[in-house]
Amino acid sequence: MAQAAELELRGVSKRYAGQREPAIHGLSFTVPAGDVCVLVGPSGSGKTTALRLINRMIPTTSGDILLGGRSVLEREPKELRREIGYVIQQIGLFPHQTVGENIATVPRLLGWHKDRIHARVTELLELIDLDPAEMRERYPAQLSGGQRQRVGVARALAADPPLMLMDEPFGAIDPINRGRLQDEFLRLQAKVKKTVVFVTHDIDEAIKMGDRIAILREGGVLAQYDTPREILTHPADDFVAQFVGADRGLKRLALTTLAEVRLIEPDTMTREPSANGALRLPRETSVRDALSLMLTADGEPASVLDDEGNVEGLLTLALIEQMLSDEAAEAPHAGAGAGSSTVIEQTAEGGR
Amino acid sequence: MAAAAGSIVASVVAAGEPVIPNYGAQSSSCVVHNHLFCTDWVSHNWGPVLWPALRGHILLALVAVGIGFVISLALALAAYRYGCLERPTTVITTILYTIPSLALFELLVAPVGPNVYSAEIALVSYTLLILFRNILTGLRGVPAEVLEAAEGMGMSRRQALVRVELPLALPAIVAGLRIAVVTIIALATIVYTIYNAGLGVPIHTALGEGPFKTELIAAGGLAILLALTADALLVLVQRLLTPWTRARAT
Amino acid sequence: MHEFLEAFRFIAHNGAIAGAPGLPTLTHLALETLRVAAIGLAISVVIAVPLGVWLGHIHRGSFAAINLGNIGRALPSLAVLAIGDAILGLGLTVVELALVVLAVPPIVTNAYLGVDGVDRDLVDAARGMGMSGFEIIRRVELPLAVGPLFAGIRTAAVFVVSTTTIASLAGFSGSLGDVIANETSYHFSGVLGAAICVAALALAVEGVLTLVQRVLTPRGLRLAEHERSGPLDPEAAIA
Repeated sequence: MAQAAELELRGVSKRYAGQREPAIHGLSFTVPAGDVCVLVGPSGSGKTTALRLINRMIPTTSGDILLGGRSVLEREPKELRREIGYVIQQIGLFPHQTVGENIATVPRLLGWHKDRIHARVTELLELIDLDPAEMRERYPAQLSGGQRQRVGVARALAADPPLMLMDEPFGAIDPINRGRLQDEFLRLQAKVKKTVVFVTHDIDEAIKMGDRIAILREGGVLAQYDTPREILTHPADDFVAQFVGADRGLKRLALTTLAEVRLIEPDTMTREPSANGALRLPRETSVRDALSLMLTADGEPASVLDDEGNVEGLLTLALIEQMLSDEAAEAPHAGAGAGSSTVIEQTAEGGR
Repeated sequence: MAAAAGSIVASVVAAGEPVIPNYGAQSSSCVVHNHLFCTDWVSHNWGPVLWPALRGHILLALVAVGIGFVISLALALAAYRYGCLERPTTVITTILYTIPSLALFELLVAPVGPNVYSAEIALVSYTLLILFRNILTGLRGVPAEVLEAAEGMGMSRRQALVRVELPLALPAIVAGLRIAVVTIIALATIVYTIYNAGLGVPIHTALGEGPFKTELIAAGGLAILLALTADALLVLVQRLLTPWTRARAT
Repeated sequence: MHEFLEAFRFIAHNGAIAGAPGLPTLTHLALETLRVAAIGLAISVVIAVPLGVWLGHIHRGSFAAINLGNIGRALPSLAVLAIGDAILGLGLTVVELALVVLAVPPIVTNAYLGVDGVDRDLVDAARGMGMSGFEIIRRVELPLAVGPLFAGIRTAAVFVVSTTTIASLAGFSGSLGDVIANETSYHFSGVLGAAICVAALALAVEGVLTLVQRVLTPRGLRLAEHERSGPLDPEAAIA
């Protein structure tokens, strides 16, 4: 089976019987193979509906959905769903089956041989950092909330699907553990490199998790489809600007590390009295964190250290300000908005 | 001694039955030919046969459910307060509920005698499991935050129970009453085996007469109708008592 | 307590009474009771379980399924037997018919409630993984509904055993009820002894079914049940 497949929505609409307004209206976008696409929007924007159209849990009214270039609408729904990982907020682990049996659900539906299933379950438990010897025979009731969540993801990954659908998978988890699970999922995704469609109502989660974000507005209309950085820099309209929040400048800074910033040269810096200021930051620090620290230190510039601990350059408040205004001034790329499938590589080095 | 009493009652009941079919003074051809259902027999025998049996049946059931409710409420409140009481109460009431009616009536005749007390004790014992379980479920279903609010506003335990917990448990309690009433009305037809009352009496008479179909259907039908009517009445009572359960829909 | 001593003597003699040879033994009558009851219960299960499970699976007919249970309870065994007797004449067929009429409603109602009550998210997850309707019933809904389903069958079993003995009152012979209905031949000690046997038989049936239910209930569910009754898990134990 393909490790990941491209997903394309072409003018997809959904209208429920007896309702005047469509739930989804002319949705088009492409998720490149191996990317995480986050569907985000206020309630009533149809994000979950859009997700469930993809694995045909809800029938599509018009338009087409292609997975790996092949229309899902022509596929037998059961067969299609066995090829698409599916994770819901409530996780839905079967309480009467062990962790091992839960993970084996789709391989068993596909009729895999027992030994192959056993090996796959072991592999997946190791992948999600659960000890197979200890956890395989446990029941969901014996797991913590976070462990259940991870088993849910492993179950969705079991048959190595080219596409994963995740509906608010961390929605029911408290903020601290949610952050941990998000990091864990990103590490996992770096290993398995699936195409993922991820639904959330939390814009911060969308920015953190998504390679690309599709912002939906009420009535299931696509407001903007872009990289997180592009959405924060050039929101398509007032709705998007308001949805991403007044602090989008700060959110954008959080996406950039000091390593990506063109810093003030060390030689100019050495003559300045503040060169040996208290702030010495590793280059992996995000610009947002650096700014926060600098503001606490009365706006003093910060020295950025390279991996060996040598001073690589200097970061000043003026430099950050410059960065933000340069990015905003830059013309939005051609493909911004619905339908874009072009990946625009954009780094802070474009500024200055 | 009670064994003797048992056989005396049996012979009394037997003596009370006419050996010749009780077709009444005016035997229509329908009755004489024992057709399926003769309305004339029913109208002539409503006063002397059916109504007394029906009245006795209602009385048996009302008394049993009334006493059963008081006992169950006490048991449920105790189990609600002291959780450890739930299990033994459930086990005992389940055993009582499981014993077939015919057997339980006879088992009570030995110590109590073939009288109305045996009948009522048996009927009451059948209500306990149903009512206890429903009342307890209803009380347990009261949301914790509601109780906390009641406590926070300074209600005592007793006040919270009377003003908050019991009213909120009412739907479950009435649901239990419905099941209990219907079950007891059905079971009360067997009472005639130890005590001469209820709709079982005319059924028994009719069975001894061939059987006499009209009386079988009339008495059996009355028992079923009585149960369904009581059920409908309790639904009405539930609606009147718990208006808030319907206000939600709009 | 003299009557009880006499009753136990009657049981010890397996239903034999001095001076009345040729009476059926208690063992024979008990087995007959079980046979008649088992046939009725089996027919009811075959009819009611698929119906209730299917209604629960499609989440339709709650009104019918629940009210069927109420009506079933409202039917007095003796009245059903009496009316069956009046219309069709009493025989094994009518007795079994009465048993089925009485046993189907509680099984349908409980099977319906059990399957209908299965967490919709689990069914959604199962569907999302590509299970067919039948696979969802077999692998998810049925195992999770074992508790209520069996509660219905147990209720029905108690009904059926009880009604089989009551059938003797209506003149059907071939159960322990025969002894209870025939005090003239057996005297009160015999009636009481048979009553003890009937009670023991019903309790034994209930006990066996409870055991079967325990065996059939998935272990994971019992653990979940345990957890639910305990304090809420604050997700503290992560990793």
